[in-house]
Amino acid sequence: MPAAEHAGAGTAAPTRSERDQRATSAPPAVELVGVHKRFGTVEAVRGIDFRVEPGEVVAFLGPNGAGKTTTIDMVLGLSEPTTGNVAVYGLEPRTAVRRGLVSAVMQSGGLLKDMTVAETVTYTSLLFARTRPPAEVMERAGITGIAGRLVGKCSGGEQQRLRFAMALLPDPELLLLDEPTQGMDVEGRRSFWGAIRRDAEAGRTIIFATHYLEEADAYADRVVLVRQGEIVADGTSAEVKALASGRTVRATLAGADEQALRSIPGVDRVEVRGTGILVHCADSDAVARYLLNETNARDLEIAALGLEEAFVALTGDRETTAAPGDSPTDATRSSRTMPGEGAALR
Amino acid sequence: MSAPHAGPDGLADTQPALGGFKPALVRLEVRRMLRNRRTVIFTVVVPVFFLLIFGLNTSYAKNRVGAGNVSAFIMISMALYGAVLATSSGGATVAVERLAGWSRQLRITPLQPAAYIAIKMATSLVLGLSAVVAVYVVGLLAHKASMPADLWVGTGAALWIGSLLFAAYGLFIGYLMPSENAMQVIGFSLMLFSFAGGLFIPLSQFSHPFRVLAAYTPLYGLNELVHYPLVQGRFNWTWAANLIAWLVIFTAGAIWRFRKDTARI
Repeated sequence: MPAAEHAGAGTAAPTRSERDQRATSAPPAVELVGVHKRFGTVEAVRGIDFRVEPGEVVAFLGPNGAGKTTTIDMVLGLSEPTTGNVAVYGLEPRTAVRRGLVSAVMQSGGLLKDMTVAETVTYTSLLFARTRPPAEVMERAGITGIAGRLVGKCSGGEQQRLRFAMALLPDPELLLLDEPTQGMDVEGRRSFWGAIRRDAEAGRTIIFATHYLEEADAYADRVVLVRQGEIVADGTSAEVKALASGRTVRATLAGADEQALRSIPGVDRVEVRGTGILVHCADSDAVARYLLNETNARDLEIAALGLEEAFVALTGDRETTAAPGDSPTDATRSSRTMPGEGAALR
Repeated sequence: MSAPHAGPDGLADTQPALGGFKPALVRLEVRRMLRNRRTVIFTVVVPVFFLLIFGLNTSYAKNRVGAGNVSAFIMISMALYGAVLATSSGGATVAVERLAGWSRQLRITPLQPAAYIAIKMATSLVLGLSAVVAVYVVGLLAHKASMPADLWVGTGAALWIGSLLFAAYGLFIGYLMPSENAMQVIGFSLMLFSFAGGLFIPLSQFSHPFRVLAAYTPLYGLNELVHYPLVQGRFNWTWAANLIAWLVIFTAGAIWRFRKDTARI
């Protein structure tokens, strides 16, 4: 395999302006085609197709357990998809990693407590054939001042900036960040994103996983919403927000026709529990009109969704619509419903 | 149009030579290991201490063994103990590193697993060498141990290189137990192996059934072999057989666990 790669390299233009060349004829930074990942009986990723062009800043937004880390692991070549294909700059992920095209800031761990900050950066730099100078990446990550400190004595934010410095060493085309600000305080978060943003402006492709809606909103050009191992929305942050913004209509109605409710244009989700119904929709007027004109619904209540609730609505469990024949117990349902709706639906 | 799989970079110089093995990495690892006081105490200070207590009294200095005296015999045993403790602890650091997620971090660099193992082995050997040198220097300065000059060098080099057997053991245990317990297991098992191998008490002091059993333990062969130049007499091929058998077992075990480790995440 290496022989074939070298042969291919031989045909490439000898110019060193690789970045420019990439912009015109390069393959996508990341391409996932029909990717599934199964761990025993658990299907963590259920058919993801996903393409990121060079230069994009993409947020991978979803709740814990949505399959974000699993997907990132596959892009990094740390694990392989059960079925489907992952390519990074048209290469196999491991090859892309070996060439320093892609690096990552992991969620936690990955550091040795008994090394100093500077030693860790130097050590990592020695693992690559070519890197940026350790002093430069430390400066960019804002850890020059703590270079001599033992990693074990660094705060969570400092450790995260160290991981960032390490990720910058190979000067990667693509940077993956897995929940990079988890456990950081507000100030740490701000300075971390400041550093990332400067980097993105320089043209680096960035994909970050997060479950903070504000982070996705503030720092990404594009937001990909994942839920239970599937992509449920993909667009600019404004588009996704528009998608997520909706209203809920609650009413009391005996013998509600779920099928009819679901067929009203703009209806996204219907929950029926006893005589209580909850409809999540884009056009609450249409739902209200149907309920009041065609049924005996009473106690009608219309509420707008907050951003956070919209996010939960989009990414939360949707067992109710997924399996209409199935009726989980109230207990399991209410634990999965949105905040605030439990009161109306008992 | 460039070739579809040429890749943006596609140059060999983006991948380091030797899979990423560099002396500078060994230097950083050694510095790290020396920072760990417990490791230094157990591998360097304790064997020297044992030598001072058990090996250097006047009667041992007077009693001859082969080409030297009993003090030299004990000195070799203690140096071997320090060296195998150093190499096995070095190997077992993979357990701690795996726990810390460092192994995972290394996997998103071009470093090849074999080069990582080589770095660990080299680091272990450096620590092992310091244990051997410390014990031999104390033996020399105390003017008790005596044997021909070439045997000082020969036995020292033999037990140092031989201690690599236990680097494989350390790696095996380190991959077998993904926890800090690995170090405790190493310390305890090496104590047992040392007794059974005759490092602390001569095997002639043991009862017959125990002596037979002891011949199958991992330190027995290596211990007899590194003492042979001093003791001389009849060479017993079971020593070499013991060494080779355990080398195969530990290496196979380490490779087996290592494969498992890289297969999952």
